[in-house]
Amino acid sequence: MADATTPTITRRNPFANEGFWLAMLGLGSFLLLWYAAVKWTPIQAFNRLPDPLTVVREWLSPTPSYGISIFTADYYVHILYSTYRALAAFTLAILLGVPLGIFMGWKRSVHQYAYSLFSLLRPVPPLAWVPIAILLFPGVEPAVIFVTFLVAFFAMTMNTYVGVKAIPEDYFRASACLGGTNTDILWDVIIPGAMPSIFTGLQIAMGAAWFSLAAGEMIAAQYGLGFLIWESYNLIQYPTIIIGMATLGLVGYLSSAAVRMVGNRLMAWREQRLGTGG
Amino acid sequence: MRDMLDLNSAAAAGKPAAAGKVSIRNVSKIYDPEGARVVALDNFSVDFAPGDFLAIVGPSGCGKSTLLNILAGFDTLTSGEVYLDDKLLASVDRPLAPGPDRVVVFQQGALFPWKTVLDNVTYGLMKQGRTPRAEAEARGIEMLKASGGLDRIAKSFPSQLSSGMQRRVEIIRALINDPKVLLLDEPFRAMDTVNKVTMHRHLLDIFRISQKTIMFITHDLEEALFLADRVIVMTTRPGTVKLDIKVDLPRPRTREMMASDAYIALKERTVMAVREEAQKAFERGEKEMA
Ligand SMILES: Nc1ncnc2c1ncn2[C@@H]1O[C@H](COP(=O)(O)OP(=O)(O)OP(=O)(O)O)[C@@H](O)[C@H]1O
Ligand SMILES: [Mg+2]
Repeated sequence: MADATTPTITRRNPFANEGFWLAMLGLGSFLLLWYAAVKWTPIQAFNRLPDPLTVVREWLSPTPSYGISIFTADYYVHILYSTYRALAAFTLAILLGVPLGIFMGWKRSVHQYAYSLFSLLRPVPPLAWVPIAILLFPGVEPAVIFVTFLVAFFAMTMNTYVGVKAIPEDYFRASACLGGTNTDILWDVIIPGAMPSIFTGLQIAMGAAWFSLAAGEMIAAQYGLGFLIWESYNLIQYPTIIIGMATLGLVGYLSSAAVRMVGNRLMAWREQRLGTGG
Repeated sequence: MRDMLDLNSAAAAGKPAAAGKVSIRNVSKIYDPEGARVVALDNFSVDFAPGDFLAIVGPSGCGKSTLLNILAGFDTLTSGEVYLDDKLLASVDRPLAPGPDRVVVFQQGALFPWKTVLDNVTYGLMKQGRTPRAEAEARGIEMLKASGGLDRIAKSFPSQLSSGMQRRVEIIRALINDPKVLLLDEPFRAMDTVNKVTMHRHLLDIFRISQKTIMFITHDLEEALFLADRVIVMTTRPGTVKLDIKVDLPRPRTREMMASDAYIALKERTVMAVREEAQKAFERGEKEMA
C-alpha cells in the first residue's frame, strides 16, 4: 500500500478539508433556518427581524437604506473605534494581568491578598460594571475601555497565575542552587515556564475584550460597533444591527486568530523539542 | 572512561580544588510544628570527609529528601547544625540559602526544557557572573565532549534526549560549577536496569576524576553498596541513623564484585536493617490508614 503513506499535497487546501465543508454546512443551515423563520413562519417575533438576504443586500449596497455598508466611511470608523478600544483594553490587560498573575503564583502573600477578591469579582459580567464605570471615569473613552478590559484582565491574570503554579518546584530550586537570584528566577524560570499558559491567556483575553466591547460601548456616544448596534436598535434600523453583530464577530475572530498565529511563532521552542533530533 | 580525564581539569580550571567536608550535627526537622507535627528527622548526625561518596538508604518517607533539602538550602531545620569545611552552614538562627557550592541533581530531572543543553550547562557559570560567556561555553563544550561525546547534542533541547543523556547533562551542569558537595536525590530512580548500569559507570568515572564529595540518596541498597564508600541506612520516620557501614570494596568498582564474598557479606549486614525499617514503615502505613 504505497499511497497509504504518501503525504497528501492537498493538506493546505481548505476545500479538501472535511471540517471546512461541515462548517459551511452548519453556517448554511443556520442561514436557511433564519430565512425560513423570518419569511415562512407565522411567529410575530421572528417576522420583525430582517432576513439574511436583506442584511447582505444592505451590507453590500453602495447606497444602503440605513447609512451603513461596506461602501460607507462610517462603517470603517465604527470598526476602527472598536478595534482601538479592544486593543487598548487587551494591552492594559496584559500589562497589568501578567505581572499580577506572576506575583500571585510566585509569592504566597500576594496570592492571599488577591485571590479571594479576585474570585468574587470574576463572575460579575461586564454589563454589570457599566454604571460603576460611568461613575468612576470622567470621560467616555476610559469608561468604555475599563468595561472592555475587565474580563480580559481576569483571564490574563488567572492564566498567568495557573501557568506559574504549574512550574515544577525543582526548576526554581535548580536555578537557585546554580547561583540564580530572584531576578534570574523570574526571567529564566517563571516567564518561560508560564509562557504556554500566558499565550492561552492572550487568546482568551483577546476574545474576552471583543466579547465585552458591546457592553462597554453602551456608554459610547458616537462610534464603535457596539454603539452601532444599540443605536440601530433605537432607530429601528434592524438590518444594521445584524451588520454590526456580524462585523463584531468577524473582527473578534480575526484578532483572536492573529494572536494565536503570533503565539505559535513565538512558541517555537515547544515545536523544536517535539521535532526530530537528538 | 578513557576520554574523561580532561573532565577534572575542565571542572577545576583556575580554582583551587574545593574541600567538601560536611558535618551534620543533631539535625531535627519538624514539619508543621503548630499543627500536625510531622517529625521528619530526629537528631540526625553524620560526618563525611572530603571526597567521600556517601549513600543514604531508607524506606519511603523516612526523611532522605528532607536531609538533602536542608543541606541544599531549600528547607530550614528545626534544631541542630550543619557545617561545611568547618564553617557553620546552617542552624536554626541561620537559615541557609541555596548556592553553587552544593549543587543538586534532582530525582525528576530539572534541566530547563526551554534552554539548549549548552545553555543549561553554562547556566551556573553565567549566573555566578565570574565567567565570560565565550569561556563558559568553551568549558561547557569541553565537559560535554569529555563525557562520552555529548558535545554533539549541545544545541539540542533536553526533551530531544534520552533520559540517561538528560541525567548526564544535568550532572555536568552541576559539576561545571566545581561544587564542594554534589547532592543527588535518587537521580536514577525512574530508570530501567540497563540504563542504570550505564549511569553508574558514568557517575563512578565522574567521582574518580573529580574527587567530589557526593551525597547520593536512593531506595536501592545494591546501588548504594556498588557506588559508595559509606552507606547510611536510615530508620523510618522520624529519620535517624540506623546503620553506618563502610564499603571497603576496591575501586574501580566492577559488576563482578557484586558476586564477591566481601560484597555479599556487606549486603547481608545491611539488608536486614533495611528490611526491618521497611517493615516498620509498612506497618505504620497501615496503622495510619486505619
Ligand atoms: N512540606 C512538608 N510538610 C509536611 N510534611 C512533609 C513535608 N515534606 C515532607 N513531609 C513529610 O516528611 C517525611 C519525610 O519526607 P521526605 O520527602 O524527606 O522522605 P523521603 O525519605 O525522601 O521519601 P521518598 O523515598 O518517598 O522520596 C514524609 O513523611 C513526608 O510526608
Ligand atoms: Mg525523596
